[in-house]
Amino acid sequence: MADENWVTVAKRSAISPGDVLGVTLGEREFALYDLDGELYATDNLCTHAFALLSQGWLDGEVIECPLHGGRFEVKTGKVLCPPVTEDLKTYKVRLVGDDVQIQLD
Amino acid sequence: MNETARHIVIVGAGHAGGVAAATLRQTGFAGAITLIGSEPYPPHERPPLSKELLAGAIPVEKTYLRPLAFYADNRIVFHPGETAVAIDRTAQRVTLKNGDALSYDTLLLTMGARARRLSLPGADHPRVLYLRDIADSLALREHLKPGVRAAVIGAGFIGLEAAAAARKRGAAVTVLEVQREPLQRVCPPEIGCFMADLHRRNGVELRTGVRITAIAGADDALALYTADGGTVAADIVLAGIGAQPNVELAQAAGLAVDNGILTDEFGRTSDPHIFAAGDVTRHFNPLLGRKIRLEAWQNAQNQAIAVAKVMAGGNQPYAEVPWFWTDQYDVNLQIAGAPERWGELVWRGGVDNKAFTLFAMEGGIPVAAITMNNGRDMRAARELIARRRAIDPARLADTQVKLQDLAKESAGG
Ligand SMILES: Cc1cc2nc3c(=O)[nH]c(=O)nc-3n(C[C@H](O)[C@H](O)[C@H](O)COP(=O)(O)OP(=O)(O)OC[C@H]3O[C@@H](n4cnc5c(N)ncnc54)[C@H](O)[C@@H]3O)c2cc1C
Ligand code: FES
Repeated sequence: MADENWVTVAKRSAISPGDVLGVTLGEREFALYDLDGELYATDNLCTHAFALLSQGWLDGEVIECPLHGGRFEVKTGKVLCPPVTEDLKTYKVRLVGDDVQIQLD
Repeated sequence: MNETARHIVIVGAGHAGGVAAATLRQTGFAGAITLIGSEPYPPHERPPLSKELLAGAIPVEKTYLRPLAFYADNRIVFHPGETAVAIDRTAQRVTLKNGDALSYDTLLLTMGARARRLSLPGADHPRVLYLRDIADSLALREHLKPGVRAAVIGAGFIGLEAAAAARKRGAAVTVLEVQREPLQRVCPPEIGCFMADLHRRNGVELRTGVRITAIAGADDALALYTADGGTVAADIVLAGIGAQPNVELAQAAGLAVDNGILTDEFGRTSDPHIFAAGDVTRHFNPLLGRKIRLEAWQNAQNQAIAVAKVMAGGNQPYAEVPWFWTDQYDVNLQIAGAPERWGELVWRGGVDNKAFTLFAMEGGIPVAAITMNNGRDMRAARELIARRRAIDPARLADTQVKLQDLAKESAGG
């Protein structure tokens, strides 16, 4: 079970430290983050209205929504300020060769 | 006085009132809190009222700041559908429409603003509508369907957002604006033109330089008469011609009022027992060095937080660069600062692009900024404006230079 549902979403070389990258998988959109060489993944859609967080501003370990300035902790998905009230879903990330994989539920 | 015996009464349960009540509790205020609001709904945010709610994309509950149960759970006595009609400052008492009187130790006024009414012959027709609250939004939405001709008077933010939502619902929309471009009071003309194009591309008939002189209502159609002798036919009219602060209660009580309840940067009115926050205030902003009245989410949210903290014993002023956003179709426009005019402009990216940022400069200092589909620049832009330091316009214009790096330099240097 623990090892199921890993899907490749990007090449490792597509993202460098301090970057956020939006990736699409079928109908779903994810955001990949490189925090000092460590990779993290969340949903790309803000929980407030319709915005892609990959178009926002990655400020250290915080992603800020480009639409209304809502902020989330990248590592946990935790809401940090209004107008967002709902946490962001996070995903486990692993590296297989040059492939970045995330674990879906 | 024993803190737990203190009673704070809040008049106005919109955005600022709701935020203030919650903040008082979060800050540890242990006394009694009573929240009085004319509307039947719990405190809520208004931005969706001209966007998602009007388009029919979200339920009403989605606009609530918190679920209704939050107030009772936090010992906030909430009176929905109740209006304050008088303040007796000597007795420190508020009278409600139902005749009840409430004694307060401290009073917070968060009565917001209301839609300015048209003063034209025929404007009292029942299908001439306004858009301020949930009831307005739901009533307007009822009319917006395919085939319906909607005429919007005023190409300000509310009018344009409503036009976008009406298009989404399939209505035929004509926007009538007396100025040469939309948003002329708040944006440079380039932005007004950009937004005009956006609406035209989305099928809105946008007519500028048009003054409506009268409205005639037959049973099934309305006619809007223009100053140049023309007429515009419509099934429904929305007037989005601005808002005016709900100051009458404060004025009748003898508080200092001048286009808003006058307050300092702590939200204090001319009466030491009475505070105010949100759209209803004309408050001193230390960053701008002047008094300003704002109608924006940020001000309702953050001024309310700041003032509630002062009421609970804090001493931090409210001092932020004003910030506003609007969403229309797939466009997000944000404005920071409140310049009296948009003089010298520095562009990051051209107006031909889908995404760009621009700054208004005064004596080499950035005083205001606009981001078009470029919200990732906004926080840094606000920081740069707050610093009030001169900045090399060539670097500000250079999209290779990160705005965030400029903001850091400006903070350090
Ligand atoms: C349709 C719409 C769309 C908006 N969109 C945006 C946006 O996209 N971005 C943005 O930044 N800002 C936006 N705003 C502005 C923002 O919503 C307002 O600035 C904000 O709601 C102001 O909050 P407030 O609490 O001061 O006033 P309000 O939210 O208006 O609350 C005041 C409340 O007090 C009540 N009241 C008044 N008098 C009394 C009385 N005597 N007794 C009891 N209750 C009373 C009123 O009924 C009302 O419920 C929008 C506003 C509107 C109307
Ligand atoms: S859509 Fe992200 S904060 Fe509003």
